[in-house]
Amino acid sequence: MEEILEIYKTTTIEDVNVWFEAATVSDFPKNGGACIKYKGKQIAVFNFERKNTWYACQNVCPHKMEMVLSRGMIGDQNGIPKVACPMHKKTFSLENGENLNGDLAPIATYPVKIEDNIVYVGFSE
Amino acid sequence: MKKVVVIGNGMVGYKFCEKFAASEKFGEYKLTVFGEEPRRAYDRVHLSEFYAGKTAEDLSMSSVSWYEENNIDLHTSEMITEINREDKTVANHRGDTYSYDYLVLATGSSAFVPPIPGVEKEGVFVYRTIEDLEAIESYAKKLKAEGKTQAAVLGGGLLGLEAANAVKELGLDAHVVEFAPRLMPRQLDQGGSDMLQAKIESLGLSVHLSKQTDFIQGGHAIEGLQYVDNTELKVDMLVISAGIRPRDEVAKECGLEAGLRGGIIVDHKMKTSDDYIYAIGEVALYNNMIYGLVAPGYDMAEIAMSQITGNSDNTMVEHIDMSTQLKLIGTEVASFGDALSDGDDTDAIVYENKRNGIYKRINVSKDGTKLLGGILIGDSSDYNALFQIYNTAMKLPENPEDLILGNRGGDSGSLLGDVMDLPDDAQICSCESISKGTICGVIQEGTCDNLGDVITCTKAGTGCGGCKPMVKDLVDATLKSLGKEVKDTICEHFEYNRQELFDIVKLKGYRKFDEVIDHHGKGDGCETCKPLIASIMASIYADTANEEAPIQDSNDRFLANIQRNGTYSVVPRIPGGEITPEKLIVLGQVGKKYDLYTKITGGQRVDFFGARLDQLPKIWKDLIDHGFESGHAYGKSLRTVKSCVGSTWCRYGMDESVSFAIELEERYKGLRSPHKLKGGVSGCIRECAEARCKDFGVIAVEGGWNLYVCGNGGANPKHAELLAEQIDNETVIKYLDRFLMFYIRTAAPLQRTAKWLDTLEGGIEYLKEVVINDKLGLAEGLEEEMSKLVNTFQCEWTQAIQDKEIMKRFNHFVNTDEPDDNLVFVPLRNQKMPEHWK
Repeated sequence: MEEILEIYKTTTIEDVNVWFEAATVSDFPKNGGACIKYKGKQIAVFNFERKNTWYACQNVCPHKMEMVLSRGMIGDQNGIPKVACPMHKKTFSLENGENLNGDLAPIATYPVKIEDNIVYVGFSE
Repeated sequence: MKKVVVIGNGMVGYKFCEKFAASEKFGEYKLTVFGEEPRRAYDRVHLSEFYAGKTAEDLSMSSVSWYEENNIDLHTSEMITEINREDKTVANHRGDTYSYDYLVLATGSSAFVPPIPGVEKEGVFVYRTIEDLEAIESYAKKLKAEGKTQAAVLGGGLLGLEAANAVKELGLDAHVVEFAPRLMPRQLDQGGSDMLQAKIESLGLSVHLSKQTDFIQGGHAIEGLQYVDNTELKVDMLVISAGIRPRDEVAKECGLEAGLRGGIIVDHKMKTSDDYIYAIGEVALYNNMIYGLVAPGYDMAEIAMSQITGNSDNTMVEHIDMSTQLKLIGTEVASFGDALSDGDDTDAIVYENKRNGIYKRINVSKDGTKLLGGILIGDSSDYNALFQIYNTAMKLPENPEDLILGNRGGDSGSLLGDVMDLPDDAQICSCESISKGTICGVIQEGTCDNLGDVITCTKAGTGCGGCKPMVKDLVDATLKSLGKEVKDTICEHFEYNRQELFDIVKLKGYRKFDEVIDHHGKGDGCETCKPLIASIMASIYADTANEEAPIQDSNDRFLANIQRNGTYSVVPRIPGGEITPEKLIVLGQVGKKYDLYTKITGGQRVDFFGARLDQLPKIWKDLIDHGFESGHAYGKSLRTVKSCVGSTWCRYGMDESVSFAIELEERYKGLRSPHKLKGGVSGCIRECAEARCKDFGVIAVEGGWNLYVCGNGGANPKHAELLAEQIDNETVIKYLDRFLMFYIRTAAPLQRTAKWLDTLEGGIEYLKEVVINDKLGLAEGLEEEMSKLVNTFQCEWTQAIQDKEIMKRFNHFVNTDEPDDNLVFVPLRNQKMPEHWK
């Protein structure tokens, strides 16, 4: 099971050498998320329309290793943007991946950019 | 770096490593652990669950990588056969030597086998390790193939009863054979033992007390037990679980001081007679006693770790508490303090209820001021409170019998009275050893100001969670004592409770979450306030869950219940549980077509499991094409109205319960509420529909229906209470409309009707005043609101499959049509299930 996690590594904007064209803005719900597939990776992408900001992270929840985070509810905790896993409501910061209500390992996060209504997710390869 | 060698990788040995790895000084030490079993330390307390489907890996105390991650060398299948105290080395069975600065003996114990002639025969086992269990299992299989089923367990103590349960799980007829005249002789008195015996006999086990075995009958293999009183018991297998023997051989050989009947003598620092050797767990003889429970073993691990790392002030308490609370063969059993006291200075107070299988005894000091100990069988829900009273020597109420009988004056307050009366050192969370003083302290010094922070900061309530209600009471009371307002606001984004938000949304006519949070809240919302506001708007405007999908709770957003592996279940509505053979065939065909695990629910309908997100719309289209509609099994809304067959067929029926159940289910289907709602209609007082454990229940009686409200099953079962008697169908509906709407308006988030009634000042009498006599003048409004909801029902799945925008929600990926490739199913009784969680 651990090997599932190994393919997801937090990528900062400086590390990016591939901007993957994922989908159009309208493919994602406003103030919600959806999942994209890139080379065997499942990545959850969230549209915080209220703040005009986008976030991306691994789709797998490190608690029970299910591919579900993109179906989680988003919001904030003291201003930190977060996603709550639909399974057991484990919450993670979308800024640094930290588990906000427990001791789980942090999730990997990825940069997102929008150009001409296209959503790009950044990877380092 | 100092070297610490641990001999033994059982529960206590593992705990020692865990505590060491968490200590600040861990970096200065190197741990090496030797275990003679082939596996990493596992949970021996729950060993019998091995037969209930748990694997050795499930029972394991840590992951494979844990030792590696913490840089601890673990040698399994390696037995230490020699300790050289002069050179400070140990040697294993192969002769390899390892040096140490400190040595920790955590060798535990082995099963005690009494010297009965014949114990070497085939079919005689001990009950201690996973290997023992595997041997028992394969022998049981062999016996059953030969048509033999009788198995005895020697020993009626805690471990013996666990073993008997395991034998029963294997499908054998279990006989418990005990030398003493009662079960669990160290913890229970005769009355407690009698009650426990009756309980476990009712489950099909046999109990034989006061039986001393003379020898084991049979030739090569066991055929029976011959008792000294010349009677016998014919059995095909024997499992010995008659006590433990400390594993002290290697320690004794190197000259460490040992007790007469075994065990390595330790002082209050857990140190043996050698300054560099410690002993912990079941091999340690402390105060001339061996402690066979995990909790004291864990405490010993903590002390030994502190001593080795230089915190010499941390020592073992003088008196080790042996109180226990557990579930044995499905029966709650607890024993605390001096449970068996019969001395002159004690008065025992006993409550025995054979009808319900409950036995309670408390021992009170002669002057009636102190609780000395007690026994609880069949119902140990008061254990926590009683243990606190005993452990902190709290003053008893004027009539100490109230402690087990309840205050019969009608006021059913907590046993403890005010939690703030507990002394500061009272242990509240026994899993994490957190005292009342610590919990109140973090609030008083300003570190925390709410329950969540207190839990994160102190770890109280993070173990079994049993103490959480008490932690909450303490937090609330402390905040109050500091003059801080304890407000039941819903989350950090809104300074309102649910009822206030309901009124705001209704008054202002808000239709979007953003409108509500922009005008009345702050931030971006969260998983608590978003679904709550969605539910309020649905209750006010008869919205379906397709309205503003991203704020709907996950199950509502995808109109299905998410299951363990991220797939979903599908439940079409079958009102009242009535279905034609044709429709039943359709259900079978749908289940087959999509290869879904299929099960009948408790609410008289059919549940399909294992549907992928992308399959949901296809499955629902098939169902809707054949006349089905959403069953709202995923929503905080009406689930089912269960019915018995009633006067239509039943020779006892007083009225048509099925017809009425269908009418009620059709009326309230789709109704969004603070929590799920269930109903039931029974055709007579035999109550086959179990209506009284529902949020609303209707039972036919002479002259009409009796209407009951606010019952539920679940973790805290409660019977619904009588709201009105002998009323006709129209009146039932009128009262139900008012009752449900009143609940929807005023309940807290995720509060079931039973809990809501508990918090309603004046209880059921007040509810009668509001619903029947319209005391608040609300009745007309409530009925009007309900009629609006009833008349605008829409099936949200029909809505979904007709709308292309909504359908987009059900693709696993937005950039490809591929399904989730991460799902793994395994076979189960001709169907399938998700692979087990690791």
